[in-house]
Amino acid sequence: MKRVGVFVCHCGLNIAGTVNVKELVEQAGKGSDIVVAADHKYLCSEPGQALVRDSIKQQRLDAIVVAACSPAMHEVTFKNLAQSSGMNRHQCEIANIREQCSWVHEDSITATAKANLIVRQAVEKVKLNESLDPISVPVTRRVIVVGGGIAGIRAALDIASSGYQVYLVEKTGTIGGRMAQLSETFPTLDCSTCILGPLMVEVYRHPNIKLLRLAQIEEVKGFIGNFKVRVRQEAAFVDEKQCNSCGECTKVCPVEIPNEFDSGLTWRKAIYVPFAQAVPPAYVLDVKNCLGLLPLACGECKKACDKLGMSCINLDAQPQIHELEVGAIVLATGFQLYDATQLSEYGYGIYPNVMTSLEFERMLSASGPTSGIPIRPSDGRVPRDVVFIQCAGQREPETALPYCSKICCMYTAKHAMLFHHKVPDGQAYVFYMDIRAGGKGYEEFVKRCQEEKGLLYLRGRVAKVYEENGKLMVNGVDTLSGKTVQIKADLVVLAVGMIPTLGSHELGSISKASMDANGFFAEAHPKLRPLESPTAGIFLAGAGQAPKDIPETVAQASGAASKALQLMSSPTLEREPTVAHVTEEFCSGCRICVPSCPYEAISVNPKTEVAEVSAALCEGCGTCAASCPSGALTLRNMTDAQMLAMISAVER
Amino acid sequence: MQSYLYFPGCSLRTAAKDFDVSAKACGQALGTELKEMQGWLCCGAVCTNMPDNLMTQAGPNRILARARRESNSLVTLCAGCHNVLKRTSIQAKRNHEKQEKINDFNEEEVFNGEINVYHLLEVLRDFVGFDTIKTKAKTPLQGLPVAAYYGCLLLRPFREMQLDDPHRPTVIEDLLESIGCSPIDYPSRTECCGSYLSVPAPETIQRLSGDIVQSARSNGAKMIVVSCPLCKYNLELSQNHNPSPMPIVYFTQVLGIALGLSQQELGLDDSHYHAIRSNLQTPIVKVA
Repeated sequence: MKRVGVFVCHCGLNIAGTVNVKELVEQAGKGSDIVVAADHKYLCSEPGQALVRDSIKQQRLDAIVVAACSPAMHEVTFKNLAQSSGMNRHQCEIANIREQCSWVHEDSITATAKANLIVRQAVEKVKLNESLDPISVPVTRRVIVVGGGIAGIRAALDIASSGYQVYLVEKTGTIGGRMAQLSETFPTLDCSTCILGPLMVEVYRHPNIKLLRLAQIEEVKGFIGNFKVRVRQEAAFVDEKQCNSCGECTKVCPVEIPNEFDSGLTWRKAIYVPFAQAVPPAYVLDVKNCLGLLPLACGECKKACDKLGMSCINLDAQPQIHELEVGAIVLATGFQLYDATQLSEYGYGIYPNVMTSLEFERMLSASGPTSGIPIRPSDGRVPRDVVFIQCAGQREPETALPYCSKICCMYTAKHAMLFHHKVPDGQAYVFYMDIRAGGKGYEEFVKRCQEEKGLLYLRGRVAKVYEENGKLMVNGVDTLSGKTVQIKADLVVLAVGMIPTLGSHELGSISKASMDANGFFAEAHPKLRPLESPTAGIFLAGAGQAPKDIPETVAQASGAASKALQLMSSPTLEREPTVAHVTEEFCSGCRICVPSCPYEAISVNPKTEVAEVSAALCEGCGTCAASCPSGALTLRNMTDAQMLAMISAVER
Repeated sequence: MQSYLYFPGCSLRTAAKDFDVSAKACGQALGTELKEMQGWLCCGAVCTNMPDNLMTQAGPNRILARARRESNSLVTLCAGCHNVLKRTSIQAKRNHEKQEKINDFNEEEVFNGEINVYHLLEVLRDFVGFDTIKTKAKTPLQGLPVAAYYGCLLLRPFREMQLDDPHRPTVIEDLLESIGCSPIDYPSRTECCGSYLSVPAPETIQRLSGDIVQSARSNGAKMIVVSCPLCKYNLELSQNHNPSPMPIVYFTQVLGIALGLSQQELGLDDSHYHAIRSNLQTPIVKVA
């Protein structure tokens, strides 16, 4: 029989305040199988751990039960302790008497009785635990980063600079993302392109980064450390190595379509360079809008290029499929704006002078359609009265987005201030619900804006925007004075919210990275594992996980990179051995378990007609074990015998 | 002839008889019978949808339970009644706990929202079809500059009403266009007329409804088309001292004229009938 020790933690008063620890230790010690039962004020402290270590050695214990907080908190601590004390780490069990007992109960007598049962269960389980060795799997020491915005750029650079190969997959013709579209960044008002541009160039020149533009993920197979990713790269039709950005092709292209980079405020050709600082610095042919690749259909761009003695344009270029083997995936797919036409009360899409904040941002940019001067799209005049509507379609669970996009208070303050700098005799009005300026220097920045002349903050919402005599009439309420207000405006700017980029849902299902209720990538734990997807080996960076600003995005990207690097740091990877296991003699090959596995870890061996579990893929959830009708599938250290022993311990 | 079970409501038996009469007449002309339900009572008006007082919801639940004996759908006309009955039917489906209490109280029969409530505009749009109406309009009202006025109860709250975009609706305009009118665009289409404030605070009506009429007028409307007796009352009240007030008519009355119905069949008084006639580009042809 195993020699078992029970150690009870007071956790200060967290446990001892409700559970009578002295009595619990006494009860536990009565068990015939218990060699030692002891308690400590803080078992996780060094003196606490010393108590456990000494007991293991002196009493020659075979297994221990630690009655303390949730295993999510300190299971690893005590398993490490068991291992370093000469015991197999799987001979240590945690009895959670804090989260599942002392914190949720008030009555000491019943709480103590319950704690006793929890401890008994853990004892029964540990008595039947096998000693297991970790499973070792090899790690492919390369990383794929999806999305070439600031999050993807930062993550790719961090990983590449540590010496590992990175594939940076970007679906458009250039990297840079949303940040490239911005004029100035809050709260310091430094030029966005000036701080982003050098990083983009660094990505382009980095020997360890392979940039795949016009590319999207088609399939993800495998598991942490051993992913096989299929990437489809559309043809650019322009050889980026030869192209010297002379622009002759663009001049002759007969097609004009709205320019995405300028939020549709300007036009671009079907063969174009996304923007001046684009990386790679080469033209790209937008085949969807091109008149046709056959020289008969048009071919003007190719003729112009050939005339110069160059041969950059190849109209016969084909999409490429890349089969990549990587150890980790970083999802940095970013955001797009909520569709403002859905907010019919504001008339976006009906009145030309109602625009989104991103369109206004483009107008403020020196490289924008108006070289930084805000104008009214209807008549090209400089607006005098501008109304900014914060929280447009946000914090509206019934009709639009339920959440706050976090950055709008800041960029609206920035917009209002920049507008006022450019139009000193203008008047800006900001309708807000409340100001959320949590961040270094943020509150000070908003205060500065609010105190600026010609800038009026009105706390309240706008009910309706309509046009009358060439002006936009904005009907709103100022809740501080309790009065409704009507403003005759030249321009209305809607601070619409961030939503996940189109296609991130598909990417989520392809890569098995789960999504939250709002379509953002879900994190493994909201506080303790915010950089990881619940699927091992997939890391998250930027606004694809939740709305966030640039500093936070960059911090998360470096964090995700360091998580990926942690994985890269060793040629092999140790996985928990508590996985499913098939007793071949019992298996009838019925295949019920195959579809029950959410990780596709089970297959049936065609020769033996018996189920097989890939230990590397198995996450140890136990679904298969529950579904197996013959009991052939068992989860190591959570067998039926253990479950029954634990249930009997409670019955007694 | 397609028959629909119909709930008139109190106003349509008193101040708004013309709405009731004209709707039934239009129905006949379109081959759609509005069959009055048995045993209807007052919907309870504005008090009904107070979330914390179930007593007020007993009435509309009784109405719907009785209507269910005859049909699985019920058509309304007054925007106020429609709001009450539609929301009651949805609440009855969704909120089991509340519904159990209401059913215990009502005793008559158990009702859990097994009926669909439609406004006549929905019936015309979704079941009859504006295209059909267009072909049946014997005397299209070519170029009549009308302002469609929705008010609030017909469209809001959108989550429950689901009739049209609450900020930029088009259903009345689409109907009016199908019979040849030229509906004008004006910003006050969905503003509130002031509702029951006409009793305790008529000066508020003066302001709210006055603004609506003024907005329609300055955008070129010659008349306002409504779907609610109280809206009509308030819009008219705000013009009490105006020597040449803007005529306010029900959509069923304008529709009726286009369908070739007579002034009497639509319950139109002389001044309103004249207002419609005098603004047409082509005269109304008497159909024998």
